[in-house]
Amino acid sequence: MMKAIAHFIKSFTLWDLLKGLSVTGRYLFSRKITVQYPEEKTPMSPRFRGLHAQRRYANGEERCIACKLCEAVCPALAITIDVAEREDGTRRTTRYDIDLFKCIYCGFCEEACPVDAIVETHIFEYHFEERGTQIMTKEMLLEIGDKNEPEIAAARQADAKYR
Amino acid sequence: MIEFIPDWLIAFWNWFPVDVQTMAIILGKIILILLPLMLAVAYVTYAERKIIGYMQVRIGPNRVGPRGWLQPIADALKLMMKEVILPTQANKFLFLTAPVLSIAPALAAWAVIPFDRGMALTEVDAGLLYVLALTSVGVYGVIIAGWASNSKYAILSALRAGAQIVAYEIAMGFALVGVLMASGSLNLSAIVESQAGGMGSWFIWPLLPLFFVYFISGVAETNRAPFDVAEGESEIVAGFHVEYSGMAFAIFFLAEYANIILISALTSLLFLGGWLSPFENVAFAQGSWLAETSMFWFFGKTAFFIFCFLWFRATFPRYRYDQIMRLGWKVFIPITIVWIFVEAVMSVMQWGPWAV
Repeated sequence: MMKAIAHFIKSFTLWDLLKGLSVTGRYLFSRKITVQYPEEKTPMSPRFRGLHAQRRYANGEERCIACKLCEAVCPALAITIDVAEREDGTRRTTRYDIDLFKCIYCGFCEEACPVDAIVETHIFEYHFEERGTQIMTKEMLLEIGDKNEPEIAAARQADAKYR
Repeated sequence: MIEFIPDWLIAFWNWFPVDVQTMAIILGKIILILLPLMLAVAYVTYAERKIIGYMQVRIGPNRVGPRGWLQPIADALKLMMKEVILPTQANKFLFLTAPVLSIAPALAAWAVIPFDRGMALTEVDAGLLYVLALTSVGVYGVIIAGWASNSKYAILSALRAGAQIVAYEIAMGFALVGVLMASGSLNLSAIVESQAGGMGSWFIWPLLPLFFVYFISGVAETNRAPFDVAEGESEIVAGFHVEYSGMAFAIFFLAEYANIILISALTSLLFLGGWLSPFENVAFAQGSWLAETSMFWFFGKTAFFIFCFLWFRATFPRYRYDQIMRLGWKVFIPITIVWIFVEAVMSVMQWGPWAV
């Protein structure tokens, strides 16, 4: 009985509605947490997995030895590798394609690589405008690697002690 | 003022027959009301996005123009350039009539709204009745839009909107009967004038329950959250205007916001003394602008109620359909009837606004 009366009074004074309004009313004046993207960016972990790249050694030699471990571990079958012997007798890839539509950015290729050749960079703002351009060839990967080597190296360095 | 106008212009004006002059003056007044109204509608959409954004700890639109002020202009331009798609199976005539039917009453009702003492397009003695009639006509636009679209979602929404507006129309009408009893007039200017005498003599105090019933019914009448089952994005996509695109859709949009402004303006006229100052009889305000009656008081009160509409939308989840019906028929109508009875007693005892 008392409960019914309390309920009656509560509903007729719009108590719950006013409580809800006070919550939104408070938030109207609270600090806004929007990150205005192109101008502001959220901090990024050194482990961030973005666009792929192939690295070189300091003397300019490409790291990849065509061991095909990345191709084997890739759960999405996004990597295609062809191998041949170079004139100097070393084992090198003649083709190293990553299909970015298949890739799920799991980072297994990077973990599998014994020479740290294939890596995933911090680049996440990219797009394709034509069909077929989503396949990253060896040249494109090496170019990305050359362009971003300082950043890639720094990210590996920062994460090295946890590996 | 008159001496600034060159003689040739006055001669040109006098050259017209009197009927044409009257017509021109009325048309000018209509434009003077409608242009700011359309601008206000545009900026209510901007305010809505901004305020709801702020309540959700976002910042809302801020890209088009300084702080996003040109956003509504950009929206309008976009909608104007889009194609109006006619569904193949739709009844073309009704399909295109529906938006007109929904915006026409929302705009026509402004003919009797007094902005300040003597500042109304027409002083209709049955102004309140006229407004009530026109706000009810608005539902035809919704129902015809739903039917003419030949779409399941649209017809469902039209049925919901129809039932809801019928339910709340009655409560709204009864709430207005309360105002009528307190003011003794159907003329909106007279209703405002009968609330003269400062904040304490506004009708909101003796008619507090009716005020709440009226405003909540007004929210339901305009199909706004939390009574927006007619739109019901999550259930019936967008309701009655799901098949509309481009300018036809924009007109529904305009009608909805024009109705919001209309209901807010009416609430401030009927319950908060319209253009009257809240500090009319307060000692410290005497002689300053605070005690003056002005249309800015009216605009301020209206703006507050528009803000409430947006505040409700940011706060309340949508009512279930049967709860809407229960609230309309089984809560609001009894409340209004009881309070009309209480008012009758008050008027016999000469309390409140009936004090001699």
